[in-house]
Amino acid sequence: MTTQNPARRAAESLPNRPRTVRTTGRRRVSVVPYLFLAPAILLLVVFLLVPIGYAVYLSFQGLRVVGGGAFGKRQQIFVGFDNYIAAVTDPEFVASFGRLAVYGLIAVPFTLGFALLFALLLDHPRTRGTRFSRTAIFIPYAVPGVVATLMWGFMYLPSTSPFSYLTEAFGGGPIPFLDLPWLFPSVANISIWGGVGFNMIIIYTALRGVPADIYDSARIDGASDWQIAWRIKIPLISPALVLTGLFSLIGTLQVYGEPTTLAPMAPAISQTWVPLMTIYRDAFTRDDLPLASASSVILAGGTVVASLVLLKITRKRAFGDSR
Amino acid sequence: MSIAAPALDRTVGTRKDRGGRLLPTIVLLVGALYCLVAVAWVLVASTKSPGELFSTFTFAPGTGLLENLGNLFAYGGGQFGKWALNSLLYAGVGAVASTVVSAMAGFALAKYDFPGRNLIFYTILGGVLIPGITLAIPQYLLLSNLGLAGSYWSVLLPSIISPFGIYLSRVYAAAAVPAETIEAARIDGATEARIFTRVAVPMMIPGMVTVFMLQFVGIWNNFLLPYIMLSDQNRYPLTVGLYTLLAKGSGEASLYSLAITGAMLSIIPLVALMLFLQRFWKLDLISGGLKG
Repeated sequence: MTTQNPARRAAESLPNRPRTVRTTGRRRVSVVPYLFLAPAILLLVVFLLVPIGYAVYLSFQGLRVVGGGAFGKRQQIFVGFDNYIAAVTDPEFVASFGRLAVYGLIAVPFTLGFALLFALLLDHPRTRGTRFSRTAIFIPYAVPGVVATLMWGFMYLPSTSPFSYLTEAFGGGPIPFLDLPWLFPSVANISIWGGVGFNMIIIYTALRGVPADIYDSARIDGASDWQIAWRIKIPLISPALVLTGLFSLIGTLQVYGEPTTLAPMAPAISQTWVPLMTIYRDAFTRDDLPLASASSVILAGGTVVASLVLLKITRKRAFGDSR
Repeated sequence: MSIAAPALDRTVGTRKDRGGRLLPTIVLLVGALYCLVAVAWVLVASTKSPGELFSTFTFAPGTGLLENLGNLFAYGGGQFGKWALNSLLYAGVGAVASTVVSAMAGFALAKYDFPGRNLIFYTILGGVLIPGITLAIPQYLLLSNLGLAGSYWSVLLPSIISPFGIYLSRVYAAAAVPAETIEAARIDGATEARIFTRVAVPMMIPGMVTVFMLQFVGIWNNFLLPYIMLSDQNRYPLTVGLYTLLAKGSGEASLYSLAITGAMLSIIPLVALMLFLQRFWKLDLISGGLKG
């Protein structure tokens, strides 16, 4: 876009747009959209593209002693892939991905599963009290993750937990929510709690968009509610499912606030519990910005690759189902 | 749904009716209970004095609500009030600016044909996939080079750009603003700016409310960006402020009570706003947008 002459390109494409060809409209149309886009492009460049470029640049830099002996100076120089090698061979960073995977394998399927289940139930014609349930399940979306963590944290903490209160009342011990291995489902529960409502609304809205007569004819053909849900509803709303899956995946990879907030209550959460926490520690506690940048690039790149793979797989499947 | 209903249904209803009515209702109510239990807990716990917090049954109301509120607003010379105002500032101003920027960009992408349109659009789509939060560190470095780190701007400006907001606005502008209407306004001699503000914006209002709400909640709930950018406690939003309370409070019951009361107060306005704006939401945009 920057290398092309906008006026010439506009002139070339004129035959395709007979309606905008007006004596005064021609020039205007070639400038106006850029003016509308200018603030967005400016912000996109400054806060997205430049930071990406800067992170990539930094990730190839490193502080090294240049020169020999007592006269050596620490200088920022190009170090090639050293930071990337350091990142992927750092056992803490690798382990944080392992913990993230365990967390994600609990959080994502349960969030989407419950969201889909609740949406299908809301859409079920004979369900009662849908307005109340829908609103109640949506409420956690309005609760910041940090606040949700704080609330659940106290509900996990043996001294304030209502659940442990019950188990103790029945003669048992407190439930070890914040100890391994229960820590993983406990942290995942916080994001499931916060995420189900929003995803449910997206899926439910998609379900409402399906014309009801499709169900009626299936029912006349003797299809049960289960068959209608599995064979008709779910394939028809697959775009919404892909979208919620994509958001859940991206959200999982960048989980940070929940474990960080829970850490003061749960000693089992280390400073490097998930990748973003490791990156934060490298950047601000250890002052190793190049290493943190390399790790950020790995995480961001991994997110993009995982998203594209998800889109590719699901598109193929959705396509296959519709046949 | 009363407790007597199951027995009645079981005898009268057919097998299909029984499974069809009761089970979905009960499962949904269990889901609703799950979502409300944490909110109910924090409401009850905020009424407990620090002494009662660890000694009485967790769902038994206490007597310390006023004391907790007094302590909370007195903490650190009224810091809680500042955090709440800061959150309102970041989320309110950020979301309005973000909605305007997104609507303009979405309108241009949907309704004009111009060189570079696809390049810009796909760059924005790519931005949806980049986890914004991994950019927080390079953003911090850039802003500190500009001398802006630690200022209100350092949290506001990065919050304004929302690739997803632009994407939604484009989908909505394409669907809601007919080309004929724009053309008619053009024939009447309206300038492009006037067409946007007088013709397109009124038609795009439901979509813009959705973008505003998504951005407001997103910024209000954001933790890592302000956590990285800010060092002055008086500029913290609620999320970071409450986190520092909690981090300091390990073992100190009085600070725990403050954190719980603060959590209770911080969710009430947002839940109220959400319930009020729920009817204006156009979330079919989100689900309908990803076709093809």
